[in-house]
Amino acid sequence: MDLERLTYMANQIARNLAPQGDAAIDLTCQHIRDFWDPRMKAAILTGDRSGLNPIARAAVERLEG
Amino acid sequence: MGYERQPDFGTPEVCADKLVSLTIDGRSVTVPAGTSVMRAAASSGGSIPSLCATDSVKAFGSCRMCLVEVDGMRGTPASCTTPVAEGMVVRTQTEKLARLRKGVMELYISDHPLDCLTCSANKDCELQDTAAEVGLRDVRYGYDGANHLGGKPDLSNPYFLFAPDKCIVCSRCVRACDEVQGTLALSVNGRGFASKIGAGQAADSFLSSECVSCGACVQACPTSALMEKSVKELGKPERAVITTCAYCGVGCTFRAELKGEQLVRMVPWKDGKANRGHSCVKGRFAWGYARHQDRITTPMIRDSVDEPWREVSWDEALAFTAARLGAIKAQYGPRALGGITSSRCTNEETFLVQKLVRAGFGSNNVDTCARVCHSPTGYGLSKTFGTSAGTQDFDSVMAADVVLVIGANPTDGHPVFASRLKRRLRQGARLIVIDPRRIDLVRSPHIEAAHHLALQPGTNVAVLTAMAHVIVTEGLTDEAFIRERCDWDEYQDWARFVAEERHSPEALEAVTRVPAADLRAAARLFATGGPGWSSDQRSRPNSAIYYGLGVTEHSQGSSTVMAIANLAMATGNIGRPGVGVNPLRGQNNVQGSCDMGSFPHELPGYRHVSGAAVREEFEADWGVAIDPEPGLRIPNMLDAAIDGSFRAIYIQGEDILQSDPNTHHVAAGLKAMDCVIVHDLFLNETANYAHVFLPGSTFLEKDGTFTNAERRIQLVRKVMEPANGKADWEVTQALANALGLAWNYSHPREIMDEIARLTPTFAGVSFDRLEAEGSLQWPVNAANPNGSPIMHADGFVRGKGKFIVTDYVPTDEKTGPRYPLLLTTGRVLSQYNVGAQTRRTANNVWHQEDLLEIHPLDAENRGIKGGDWVRLASRTGETTLRAEVTDRVAPGVVYTTFHHPATQANVVTTDYSDWATNCPEYKVTAVQVLPSNGPSEWQESYASWSEKSRRVAREPAE
Repeated sequence: MDLERLTYMANQIARNLAPQGDAAIDLTCQHIRDFWDPRMKAAILTGDRSGLNPIARAAVERLEG
Repeated sequence: MGYERQPDFGTPEVCADKLVSLTIDGRSVTVPAGTSVMRAAASSGGSIPSLCATDSVKAFGSCRMCLVEVDGMRGTPASCTTPVAEGMVVRTQTEKLARLRKGVMELYISDHPLDCLTCSANKDCELQDTAAEVGLRDVRYGYDGANHLGGKPDLSNPYFLFAPDKCIVCSRCVRACDEVQGTLALSVNGRGFASKIGAGQAADSFLSSECVSCGACVQACPTSALMEKSVKELGKPERAVITTCAYCGVGCTFRAELKGEQLVRMVPWKDGKANRGHSCVKGRFAWGYARHQDRITTPMIRDSVDEPWREVSWDEALAFTAARLGAIKAQYGPRALGGITSSRCTNEETFLVQKLVRAGFGSNNVDTCARVCHSPTGYGLSKTFGTSAGTQDFDSVMAADVVLVIGANPTDGHPVFASRLKRRLRQGARLIVIDPRRIDLVRSPHIEAAHHLALQPGTNVAVLTAMAHVIVTEGLTDEAFIRERCDWDEYQDWARFVAEERHSPEALEAVTRVPAADLRAAARLFATGGPGWSSDQRSRPNSAIYYGLGVTEHSQGSSTVMAIANLAMATGNIGRPGVGVNPLRGQNNVQGSCDMGSFPHELPGYRHVSGAAVREEFEADWGVAIDPEPGLRIPNMLDAAIDGSFRAIYIQGEDILQSDPNTHHVAAGLKAMDCVIVHDLFLNETANYAHVFLPGSTFLEKDGTFTNAERRIQLVRKVMEPANGKADWEVTQALANALGLAWNYSHPREIMDEIARLTPTFAGVSFDRLEAEGSLQWPVNAANPNGSPIMHADGFVRGKGKFIVTDYVPTDEKTGPRYPLLLTTGRVLSQYNVGAQTRRTANNVWHQEDLLEIHPLDAENRGIKGGDWVRLASRTGETTLRAEVTDRVAPGVVYTTFHHPATQANVVTTDYSDWATNCPEYKVTAVQVLPSNGPSEWQESYASWSEKSRRVAREPAE
């Protein structure tokens, strides 16, 4: 999967959930878990995370664990 | 049923708690107070002769045929305009009345052609019936005097004609246009003997007037003065079948009136609860595509998309498809396969396609065209209220005091609902329109919006947050409702957030371009009904929100839906008639296709695939294991195809190449697949990239159910045999069986039984109940055995209503020096979606091509005049079309439709999409518009490719 696009999607989810404050990371993680196909999840987990914003990056880390 | 006219009670139904008893011709009758004597007589088995009365419009009292005698009243009052009174004694058939009626009838007939035997209304004419009822035997005046005979008919409308010599000037057509449709296109011109029905201005024909061809006048006409051309050509129908329209999400029910299997006309069904006897130009008239010469009725296959099609038998097509799918699954695994269900097909067909994907292909890669329209509605309303659906029925609008329409254009997109809305507005309800364009509702005859907030495209969340700011900071919330029905802590978080100064209309004006004072006034109107609003019953108005794709098709579509839900909760506008959050659904069965588990993360009934208990239910019923991971959504499928991990797709009744954004990307995705199966009526644009074409059937050719925007489940009934030999559910079943699934449904009712068994909200639904009750609104279950017209009446489905903070995040699609304008897209009344159906009807007379609406300032800057060819270019692609210079759009905004494949408006739309659901951002594309000489390179190359890929080998290939 195109990592650039997935990175964009994760960042967009994070940006829109940011107003939820402390819950934003959890909600972003849960959103990816609920709506992304396994190959999308695999690609974001194994790909370069430098393009992710802080919430998205933390969410992907949580997805891993 | 055979063919008989629908019952007509003469005057509209009256709803009143008080009942009145009277005697009519010796019969005791009890009716609601305010009912006319005419209706009371009709509802107790009588029939008072009349010509100018019909129950779709108010009583008029002009024809003097319906005179009656009432004890204690002087003279002979007209029964249509005389309300019943307690103890009244009415006589409708007396010698005196017979003499009076005969005299009137004699005058009518003295100026009417006596060509009944050759008239298209023969045996279906109220004038003829009334003449029979009054026993007219002779016309003493003769026929030689001044008359209206020999007038030339107006044949300009493609579907109906106006024959002035058959007209009795009862004005039913004029009143139907006023009261039922609300267009006010017709009038009685002249006075006395010179009175004549006219459409528009003196020089107009029906076609050139503002007539929208809804058919209400034709329906109201008692003679053949306004008559369907199809009846004139084919004669009177012999039978009628009630069925449901397959165009928009209003879900009008019609009587399909037939001779054998020949459809003669579609007439709106008066007992239909979605449309209440009204219709629009599409459902009423635009059904000719069903027998269009372009329809493909034989399966076709080809090894590669460069080859011409080969016509083959069903067996060969299915064997070829099964072999390809099997090979792909063996090599790449089940997740390389997927399908798209159709929001134009029935619930039963949609259910089978997702079942085929889940149980046969073995993946959750199933999606539907709701992805590109209302997926944010599902997401937003389930998060806030707990159900993925609108809260009201359409009748609810008649109890609304304030109506907020945002991102919807009902008079074009949902015309039959728009007529109800306009009727309510004419009764005095106030209207707020939030739309970048000046849609017709903003100002049309007898309708004027109190506020039109012409926002910058892409700023819905900012506008709604600013409205919430006003309502919260000015203390206009319904605190009692919120405390009782919603989570109070979440409300307070939300209220603190919206109250911040940065969310004030003044602060956001720079972004939204909505004058702060207008926005404040609109917010106050929504919350309070405006200065001077009062009601005896309530301290607050009923304020209802209606919205469409101008809300959902944005990068913040889901946020906007949640902002709408917040606004409704904060003002206490949920859970009773007249209020609510009302998504206007695009396609006939988009609600149903979502309900049926068409999303890749949800099983039927909106239950996530990760839930083991839910999966087990389906696994036990279907005897297969279900993938616990969500599947790919349509845009993800295309990405995965380019990536090589998604290789086969079964598309039922959707043309993603034309309807989905960024056409180049869609084409690249389809081209990368090994097996594209298109199941459709026509060789659509997507079929240019297909390996298998399975011919589809129309809604006239199958049984099943559709679910409309009100969650109303209605029967679709077969009126003719499928031209392709199989209903769509049979095709899917045949494909499933070719894959070894051993399905044996013999009728869609059995599929509905399975749906009811597996879906809690459909537990009480069956074909038998739908036959008996006409329609049911889900949830239909133990808690709501008779269905649910209004949801969340006693509490939200999720428990407490959830306020969710939504912050405005600007879209990444930005204007700049190279692309300085914002393009937004929509539809027109006469065409539907990608036009596959309507372009194959006479509806093209109203809209032959997509036009680009551009403001006079922007046009002048570019040297563009109305009718000029222009090049419309975005960062994604470019196309050409002709310009229409209009101030309906604001400076800086341009608008077009996507009905025609020659334009391919989606060549310019982008990959940006809603953050939560990937619903494409159709409504905001940065573009440049410049004069042009003709078609773009893409249009030319696509036209030649399209022609090539549609070739069919006439001889079987070796």
